[in-house]
Amino acid sequence: MNTIALRISDFLKQFPPFSMLTQEQLLAISGAVNIIHIETEAYVFKTTEPIKNAFYVVKEGAIGLYREETNSLVDKCDEGDIFGLRALIRQGNYKLTAKALEESIVYSVSSELLEAYITTNIEANKFLMQSFASNTLLGQDESLPKPIFAKTTLTDFNDAETANYSKNPIYCNPKTSIKEAAKIMTNNRVGSIIITESKKPIGIITDKDLRVKIATGQVSIDAPVTDIMSSPVITYAKNISVAEAQIAMLQHKITHLCITTDGTTNGDLTGILSEHDILVIRENNASVLVKEIKRSQTPLELKHIRMRCEDLLKRYLNQNLPINYVAKIISAINNNIIKHAIDLAVKETSSNPPTSFAWMSMGSQGRQEQLLLTDQDNFLVFENVSESEYNNTQKYFLNLAKKITTNLNTVGFEYCPANMMGSNPKWCLSLSQWQSQFKKWIAQPDQDNLLLSTIFFDFDFVYGNKALADNLSENIFEAIESHDIFLNYLGLNALKNPPPLSFFRNFLVESSGEHKDQFDIKARAMMPLVDAARLLMLSSKTASINNTVARYKKLMELEPQNKDIYEACLLGFEDLLRFRTLQGLKHNDSGRFIDLQQLSKADRLELKSSFKAIKSVQELIQTRFKLSQLM
Amino acid sequence: MGWFKKHTYPDFWNTYADCFKRNQEQNLDNTRFVVFDTETTGLNPKTDRILSIGTIAINNYAITVSDQLEIYLEQDIFNTETVKIHGLLKTGTSEKVTEETAITQFLNHINNAVLVAHHVAFDIAMINACLKRMALPKLKNNIIDTGFLYRKTLTSVNQNSHYSLDELCEKFNIPLHDRHTASGDAYITAILFLKLVSFLKQQKSGLQLSDITLPKNRIGLL
Repeated sequence: MNTIALRISDFLKQFPPFSMLTQEQLLAISGAVNIIHIETEAYVFKTTEPIKNAFYVVKEGAIGLYREETNSLVDKCDEGDIFGLRALIRQGNYKLTAKALEESIVYSVSSELLEAYITTNIEANKFLMQSFASNTLLGQDESLPKPIFAKTTLTDFNDAETANYSKNPIYCNPKTSIKEAAKIMTNNRVGSIIITESKKPIGIITDKDLRVKIATGQVSIDAPVTDIMSSPVITYAKNISVAEAQIAMLQHKITHLCITTDGTTNGDLTGILSEHDILVIRENNASVLVKEIKRSQTPLELKHIRMRCEDLLKRYLNQNLPINYVAKIISAINNNIIKHAIDLAVKETSSNPPTSFAWMSMGSQGRQEQLLLTDQDNFLVFENVSESEYNNTQKYFLNLAKKITTNLNTVGFEYCPANMMGSNPKWCLSLSQWQSQFKKWIAQPDQDNLLLSTIFFDFDFVYGNKALADNLSENIFEAIESHDIFLNYLGLNALKNPPPLSFFRNFLVESSGEHKDQFDIKARAMMPLVDAARLLMLSSKTASINNTVARYKKLMELEPQNKDIYEACLLGFEDLLRFRTLQGLKHNDSGRFIDLQQLSKADRLELKSSFKAIKSVQELIQTRFKLSQLM
Repeated sequence: MGWFKKHTYPDFWNTYADCFKRNQEQNLDNTRFVVFDTETTGLNPKTDRILSIGTIAINNYAITVSDQLEIYLEQDIFNTETVKIHGLLKTGTSEKVTEETAITQFLNHINNAVLVAHHVAFDIAMINACLKRMALPKLKNNIIDTGFLYRKTLTSVNQNSHYSLDELCEKFNIPLHDRHTASGDAYITAILFLKLVSFLKQQKSGLQLSDITLPKNRIGLL
């Protein structure tokens, strides 16, 4: 009887090739493994060392595989991943160094066990051979001990927009002199010329070649173009996506791609795609969309623009642009759409507003973190009016708000199920009414008022009289100053969702309801970071910054001693936001609930490091607001 | 002259005792540790009995799963209260051996290894009580207590607090599989031990066995 071996086999049998073994084979291996504990940064093996007589399976933690010469991280192995196997089977050297990225527990399985139980199992052996073979097929270094079970995340280019290329490429034949070629380029106002031989591209000359090789006097201007052309050219078929084109240019360190009929150098030249073309595609769209928003006449037109905005979002994410940049652009477009929807509603209303007002977005839109269409959350504040006029004024704005929310609903921002919208008489108030409302929430921080505070205090001015919005945020800071116990309660609220650190052992998934067994990335990972940033900003009494990333940036400035923690939070939040958005685009939903089974390893590691940030910022909050006494 | 007559001990004891004739290896790298845990009918070494013993060895800082022991003992004394904790019934399904066989197997397994347990004094006292019933001397091995080792990692604060295995597992992020089975607890303690040693090695280069073993005068304390 060996309980420990049983537990090990329970673990191993989840992963191939162990899952393919018989119970006896598995138990025999499990009863003979060694268990190693590795401190962060400690080595399992180095390339310089002789091969150990074992391969390894990660039980807990994460092991990084590094290329020694460049010290670059080639792969990460986490729970269930195998490494060090290829060297063992090939009897070669270690091609990579294995170092713990975090404290890890690793099973070492001896080569005797491998030979006795794994390679003798037909299915398991086939699996091993296939893994090696498919790695080779992918064009990787054949001898690279890549963790064979890692699912590599290949960005899906199919959805990405096809790049627009120039369909009238300028070209010349190989006998053309450099001088001639330069004239052709100048006449056509292009920065490059393709050299073709019976329509097939054989080389390219760019402005840079003329500068480097001609202007320096290195080659005569009367020499044939073939003397200075770069050859061969990199070719693609016409359906190349923007992302692919960018990657190709980066990979080959070039600025021009040739488009040929079959995508190879044997095909006929049909076009040229330059780095400049890509810049145009990338920059133009956001501004084009904004222009079109301004021209739209109906909410339905806005809806179509919003849908195109989603394509833009997909493209940005596929191109791996910084998420904060993406969020800013998409939020700007969203804001423009909302503004215009309000404009349309104001025009629809027969009479002019009796006094000035401001329309505010709150929640994720207020924080400019809304990348996917979600429910609308908003409120309306109007200038103080005399008591006798109050009812009529409110009635006017309620009517306006109803039109606005209807327009927004048409655009695709669905009605808030909790009715947190300016069309609700509770959330359509005069400035002084809002001020006393906010004060009351701060003075009496019960569960409901705290919840309202977390939603409403992240507001962003969208439309109307901005002075009203500024007035409201000043008011919040003043009220907090006189009731600073509010921050302690807000702190308790911020700690409500502890980080899901045991993510990989006991999956913290929803235990019931529609999303049973799924991971709620919003409530469990993003909100804790949002809540922490809001609390720390409010307590720092710094003028209203609502965006979570911007908040952490500001906090890094304000508290250099906690820079590391805030930076981790910032990066963690960006990762989570990107992750959620990609999930949402993939499944065409809010991206909030994630099926953990479908996560790739890289995703899991990324999520895991965000969770660590949650833990450290929550610890900071607990100490700073002395919450252990309150808990 | 009978006073000077040498005790005649059974062969298994002599084999065990012979292991200690060599000097104890001080280099941690080459030391064999046996992490163990006993499940008992209660907390009194005099009246209570061992229900099961679980061990796992550490060689060269690697937990060697093949080098382990898991023994269940036949029972005369039985305390229904503790069944709730360890779930071992008097007549369970596991194969059971007599106390004498268990101790023979245990000594044969540990040899001169350094014994490691959490709150080791109790487990040692339980084994020594068995040895006494068999008219044998006490255990001879060097001993490490993971609770004591943890206190060594702390600064002066709370030096004397008592830390349960559960608390330490939480602090060191060790999942509690098979808690309250002798083997499960031995395994958990082994992981804890490796983590503590690696921590202490970072603090003090050239860490030696004598730095981490329990002073002999503390072993009697419960």
